Amino acid sequence: MDEQMIEVKNDTDIIRVRRIVREMAVEIGFGELDQTRIITAISELTRNIIVHASSGKVLIKEVQKTGKRGIEITCADEGPGIVDIELALKDGYTTSGGLGIGMTGARRLMDEFKVESVVGSGTTVIVKKWMK
Amino acid sequence: MIIPILKIGDVLIVTLQSELTDREVEELSHDILDKINKVGAEGVIIDITALKVVDSFMARSLNSIASAATLLGSEVVVVGIQPAVALTLVELGLRVSWGVKTALNLEKGLEILKKERA
Repeated sequence: MDEQMIEVKNDTDIIRVRRIVREMAVEIGFGELDQTRIITAISELTRNIIVHASSGKVLIKEVQKTGKRGIEITCADEGPGIVDIELALKDGYTTSGGLGIGMTGARRLMDEFKVESVVGSGTTVIVKKWMK
Repeated sequence: MIIPILKIGDVLIVTLQSELTDREVEELSHDILDKINKVGAEGVIIDITALKVVDSFMARSLNSIASAATLLGSEVVVVGIQPAVALTLVELGLRVSWGVKTALNLEKGLEILKKERA
């Protein structure tokens, strides 16, 4: 099964991640709307890595569940971590001066969303989208 | 990447041809405002037909360009948002802070600017 790991550390990497995610989403067979949702979500999460942690990794892979195909993307960093995850997932909450819709928006655009964070050691966000 | 800013009458037309990095978006914002100031443009059309993805950073930047242009006495209309992009932006939660004028295409965008100045 297809799998790709991308190191991210600056804004050109956001474009690179988007391109690779698009290629994989197309290959899996996602339609245009779902491709747009997936790429937009990953753009937000990748930017979060760069803004909050300076660098990190994005792992993209194809997954299967009861015969359904899907895409799983893991965004991991070793940044400061999130003190209050519930607060971070509120619409409009921001610590970076952005719109505060990145993480919560990414959650709405994907089918599954999981965030694990340890203050002082990093944050990992895992999202999945399944073919209908 | 240098993005051309065309001047037709007192309107500027900016066509985004490919995805931009955050830095390129910031440079473009500055270039548009600079050009408005230099040529005394009364309206700006930003055509994003070619963009398959507009994330919150891009959306916020378009919003900032429009707000700053208003302060300079110029009106910005964003045209060509693709249907999948529009739906994704709504699901992303953009309604919270989006205040930019939009039109379906370049022609309709120009009509809006013409009406505003009539």
